Amino acid sequence: MIQDEEVEVLINDLFELYGYDFTGYSKASIKRRINRLFILDSFPSFAEFRYRLKFDSTYLKRFVEEITVNVTEMFRDPLFYKTLREEVIPTIGTKPFIRIWHAGCSSGEEVFSMAVLLHEANLLHKSLIYATDINPNVLEKARKGIFPLSQMKQYSENYILSGGKQDFSSYYTANYDRVKFDESFASRMIFSTHNLVCDNSFNEFDLILCRNVLIYFDVPLQNRVFELFDASLSNLSYLALGSKETMKFSGMSNHYRQLGKEKIWRKN
Amino acid sequence: MEEKLDMSSTEIIVIGGSSGSLDVVLKIISSVKKDIAVALVIVLHRKTTTDSALSELLAIRSVAPVKEVEDKDPVLAGNIYLAPSDYHLLFEKKHIFSLDDSEKINYSRPSIDVTFESAAEAYGATVSAILLSGSNADGTEGLLAIHAQGGVTIVQDPETAGFPYMPQQAILNAPVDYQMNVSEMIEYINNK
Repeated sequence: MIQDEEVEVLINDLFELYGYDFTGYSKASIKRRINRLFILDSFPSFAEFRYRLKFDSTYLKRFVEEITVNVTEMFRDPLFYKTLREEVIPTIGTKPFIRIWHAGCSSGEEVFSMAVLLHEANLLHKSLIYATDINPNVLEKARKGIFPLSQMKQYSENYILSGGKQDFSSYYTANYDRVKFDESFASRMIFSTHNLVCDNSFNEFDLILCRNVLIYFDVPLQNRVFELFDASLSNLSYLALGSKETMKFSGMSNHYRQLGKEKIWRKN
Repeated sequence: MEEKLDMSSTEIIVIGGSSGSLDVVLKIISSVKKDIAVALVIVLHRKTTTDSALSELLAIRSVAPVKEVEDKDPVLAGNIYLAPSDYHLLFEKKHIFSLDDSEKINYSRPSIDVTFESAAEAYGATVSAILLSGSNADGTEGLLAIHAQGGVTIVQDPETAGFPYMPQQAILNAPVDYQMNVSEMIEYINNK
């Protein structure tokens, strides 16, 4: 089992050698992730684990991919998407051009969900969705718009619960065990690596979604990210978080008003 | 053994349950007194649909405040916390909660092992863990971790459990300090 001090050593190595800064990550969570990988890859000792990470840059890729969590689904928390569909999108739809940022988009399931909502509101043509993640490998997947066929039953149910009225399967083409979403969706998306820990604001948005990313950060880093989002949101625009995430510890919450019980806040 | 039971240094009691445990939890909740000296944290395996119905069900029956955990909530004595569905529940050393939506463990998210192990890390000897009825082996590894850090390990007496497999697995594979029935658990919690 990797000890606290050893976790610090690894975090320090990663920063000094590769510029990845995990110091603001939740200690409880990152220690668990590191121990999981240590066991998964059967390292005989911490020293070997550290050596591999320091001198094998392909292993670094694996490390970052395994330490960061990439659990996601289409229309995750359908009622959240229902609120987006019914309250948020009609409001931002009045703008001449819509800019949306998915921060920490993972393999893109939620980005394509958003594109479907915009399409159904007849707004996709004047929208641009910026989708970013720390991990270039998942972005490569996201860009393709290809997802496992086995998930589609669940996603279709989520879609219907979110208020979707179309035949969900009309949005993709199935091929063997995978489906590919219509090119028209991806054509309104821009994928790029972005690290919330150290990168800056790059545009102003009408809606920022950052779902189940902040749970992996400690409170000071969460605050840094809230400031980054605040600097990237125009007045009356929206910030959407994961279902158990909150702005309440940020000291910024009085500049925002929450939409009912959903984890969506509107900037004053 | 009795000395360990009487030690009043316990800061937190974590309860884990699966099939057949909801009844037990409801009984505990309705009998826990106001202003208990510990934080009570409950991890139940449940359907993945995100509903807050369970926390409402618990809140109605309890005189102590019941809260479904949100990320980075502080862990405070006198409160009853419920792990939200579809997240693992962890503790930071500073005694705040963290949530984690990584892979299921023992086919479960929340996993009892994850929460017990994290409680052991963050609270050391000041944690007591209670493992209830269930039909998988989640919780056993967690009890091992609690014991290794000097905490107290308790399981529901399998004879009283709707599904005895989970407490039985713990008894077979982990050092269990006490086997208790429901009223003994209530007394234990209220005397902390």
